[in-house]
Amino acid sequence: MSDKNMTLTLRIWRQKDANSKGGFETYTVTDISPDMSFLEMLDVLNDNLTKEGKEPVEFDNDCREGICGMCSLVINGIPHGDQHRTATCQLHMRHFHDGQTITIEPFRAKAFPVVKDLVVDRSAFDRIIAKGGYISVNTGSAQDANNIPISKEAADAAMDSAECIGCGACVAACPNASASLFVSAKISQYTFLPQGQPERYRRVLRMVEQMDAEGFGGCSNHGECEAVCPKGISIANIARMRREYVKASLR
Amino acid sequence: MAFSVDKIKEGKPLDGRIPEGPIEKKWDRRKNELKVVSPNNKRKYTILVVGTGLAGASASAALAELGYNVKTFCIQDSPRRAHSIAAQGGINAAKNYQNDNDSVFRLFYDTIKGGDFRAREGNVYRLAQLSVDIIDQAVAQGVPFAREYGGLLANRSFGGVLVSRTFYARGQTGQQLLLGAYGALMRQVDLGQVEIFPRREMLDLVVIDGKARGIVVRNLITGEIESYVGHAVILASGGYSNVYYLSTNAKNSNATAVWRAYKKGAYFANPSFTQIHPTAIPQSGHYQSKLTLMSESLRNDGRVWVPKKKGDKRPPNQIPEEERDYYLERKYPSFGNLVPRDVASRNAKFMCDAGYGVGEFGRAVYLDFSDAIKRRGIDYIRDKYGNLFEMYEKITGENPYEVPMKIYPAPHYTMGGLWVDYNLMSTIPGLFVLGEANFSDHGANRLGASALMQGLADGYFIIPYTIGDYLASTDLPNVTTEEKEFQESRNAIQEFVKRLLSVKGKKTVMELHIELGELMWDYVGMARNEKGLKLVLEKLPELKKEFWNNINVPGSDKNLNKALEFAGRLYDFIELGELMALDALHRNESCGGHFREEYQTPEGEALRDDEHFSYVAGWEYPGNDEDTPILHKEPLVFENVKPTQRSYK
Repeated sequence: MSDKNMTLTLRIWRQKDANSKGGFETYTVTDISPDMSFLEMLDVLNDNLTKEGKEPVEFDNDCREGICGMCSLVINGIPHGDQHRTATCQLHMRHFHDGQTITIEPFRAKAFPVVKDLVVDRSAFDRIIAKGGYISVNTGSAQDANNIPISKEAADAAMDSAECIGCGACVAACPNASASLFVSAKISQYTFLPQGQPERYRRVLRMVEQMDAEGFGGCSNHGECEAVCPKGISIANIARMRREYVKASLR
Repeated sequence: MAFSVDKIKEGKPLDGRIPEGPIEKKWDRRKNELKVVSPNNKRKYTILVVGTGLAGASASAALAELGYNVKTFCIQDSPRRAHSIAAQGGINAAKNYQNDNDSVFRLFYDTIKGGDFRAREGNVYRLAQLSVDIIDQAVAQGVPFAREYGGLLANRSFGGVLVSRTFYARGQTGQQLLLGAYGALMRQVDLGQVEIFPRREMLDLVVIDGKARGIVVRNLITGEIESYVGHAVILASGGYSNVYYLSTNAKNSNATAVWRAYKKGAYFANPSFTQIHPTAIPQSGHYQSKLTLMSESLRNDGRVWVPKKKGDKRPPNQIPEEERDYYLERKYPSFGNLVPRDVASRNAKFMCDAGYGVGEFGRAVYLDFSDAIKRRGIDYIRDKYGNLFEMYEKITGENPYEVPMKIYPAPHYTMGGLWVDYNLMSTIPGLFVLGEANFSDHGANRLGASALMQGLADGYFIIPYTIGDYLASTDLPNVTTEEKEFQESRNAIQEFVKRLLSVKGKKTVMELHIELGELMWDYVGMARNEKGLKLVLEKLPELKKEFWNNINVPGSDKNLNKALEFAGRLYDFIELGELMALDALHRNESCGGHFREEYQTPEGEALRDDEHFSYVAGWEYPGNDEDTPILHKEPLVFENVKPTQRSYK
């Protein structure tokens, strides 16, 4: 095992807080097993830094199984690294090689201000969801679940969009820092379902308005968002959101 | 000084305030008795909710819909990150959509039996009744559950049951249900009924005149200590599996909120009842930070086996059929691979302990899909479990469509938690506890797909009724954050934080947490015995000493500092570990996930002692950290199901 272990050079963005100027620091980690996850490699670095009396690198993470959307990081220029459909927490060191230099930065976007080091503030996403990323039903007033038949195709399509984990990689990858993939995935989920119809037009207008107000850029079809999305959310959602928006605006 | 069973003092018995009458009428009866707050008066009340998983988010939304002012707190950057999001397999409901003779009673019975007769009948029956409303509510919210071509909802089976009552959204059921509840919560934020406080960690409960009146939290970004007043406090802060360091829980999942409430007088019930899930990806090295679950739903189509020959190192595909031991199918012919979790986990451990384990360290068994792929086709398997297979391949680098998965048990869920009565109120008036944070419904072992059910039943359908009764019948004078109780809490927290930063020792928080985890896993894990438990009760106070002498917490308390957060949580975990060991040592029987090696049947199954231990153990904090906690028993009464030796054969 140990002969496969790696020594790596890490260039990591350090920034004290939102108002300070940040910059890269270089660190070396040794004896990194190919079976480690990327975040476990950073755990090792942080333990080393702590023992040297230095401040560890702050990075967001929680479930470490690719579903909570809390981890982020731009790894060698790519949000969540270069493995297809993989969140940073599921990226493993077997995809790196001994002696490699890895550059690690926060997700960068005007609407995602840096909090500290690699941690950014993504609360703009919550504020967008508050404007209609739901169906307005109060608790307790629902009819029997099987009273609304929904075709398997529609349910599957809704699920494909609903898989978004809200990590924000789409924004970080977009040259315009657009949140279109995130917002359109939520809008699409409800567009496919009968439950989503009563608020269909109100939803798209309000969510898009909030997205613009948060300072996200517009979409110009680069497609970087889909390429980095750890859940493979399709860019077709954005086209659907635009159609919905035009329809809603003309009503 | 170590806790000891000889020093346990027994206090007054606990009364769960379960309504009288036939079981199917108990909840209706209670609802009729409960007082209701008028619509105009609801807006005069503020409810503090800690946690935004299924229980916390659904409670926040449902209470706000009624007109209460709600303030909701979470430690993550967004309420949507709570660990309910990671639940994979599904949610149970007694809909009987499959015409397989399911019913409210059958779900109730399965849950009571699955919990090895250590749960309250009244609570569990209500849970089964409410299960059907949860599915209706979730579908109305647009949760995209799996469907059949005819447009109706699909179901699958889970362990410990003989019907198909589990609703699912691929392998991401928790995510979809949580996003439904989070949406409902954010709708109330938009309407101005809920205020969200993300990146806040509750560090103390404030009790004034004997009632829960507020919380003190640390703002994890600025380090500020903030105080909030409410008319009632709801804890929905999840479970404590991270006491084992390695578990399937998220890294931030912790016991601090419930532990600080315990220290303020809330009793802690059945702390030793923890669930070790049978199908997680085995540990691959010492650096490992967490264990990843593979959903129990996989046992619908996967077959568990080990080689018949000890230490057989051949790759699985070179071991012929007749040299494989499908030990679950052999030992439990009627339930086969779908035995409950505690049974499946224990058997995996037995096989590995006996030398039949596979993988590099011999601590794994195979979960094999080749038969199902042959029978149903690869597309069927991909459609049902695609994302789980993908996740497995990412972590292990092996393709489970071609080689069997290797799995091993991992700490996953804690049935124990703060004691609550039938109304979900703790022993502190005004403190309600929901979801995994309470102890209420799963006895000594939780069935698969029942955690989501309980979290949402508590939040959507129970607390909106019961909290109104408390508010309408309780005198709650105005208080401010300047009361001396608030000031004392703030001072104590500030001192604790300062002390953590001042030790400047040689061990990192992670190193000490790994030490705690190893102790807990070895002595309070899947199998326990008197000698080990006594030993760990000696070792944990030493670990506490080591903590205060040798911990190294870098950085400052004035900004984001995860090491500082984790250090505080670790200390609470060590103390909770002591209580878990004491509880496990005092309970001289085996039941569900609590397996005492001294108490087993000749076949190695859990051997209960109903005569002496048919009770909930509620532990009271004795007022200092040295004395052994005080035991309060709540007798369990079985009027509808007769406790028997559980059999899944």
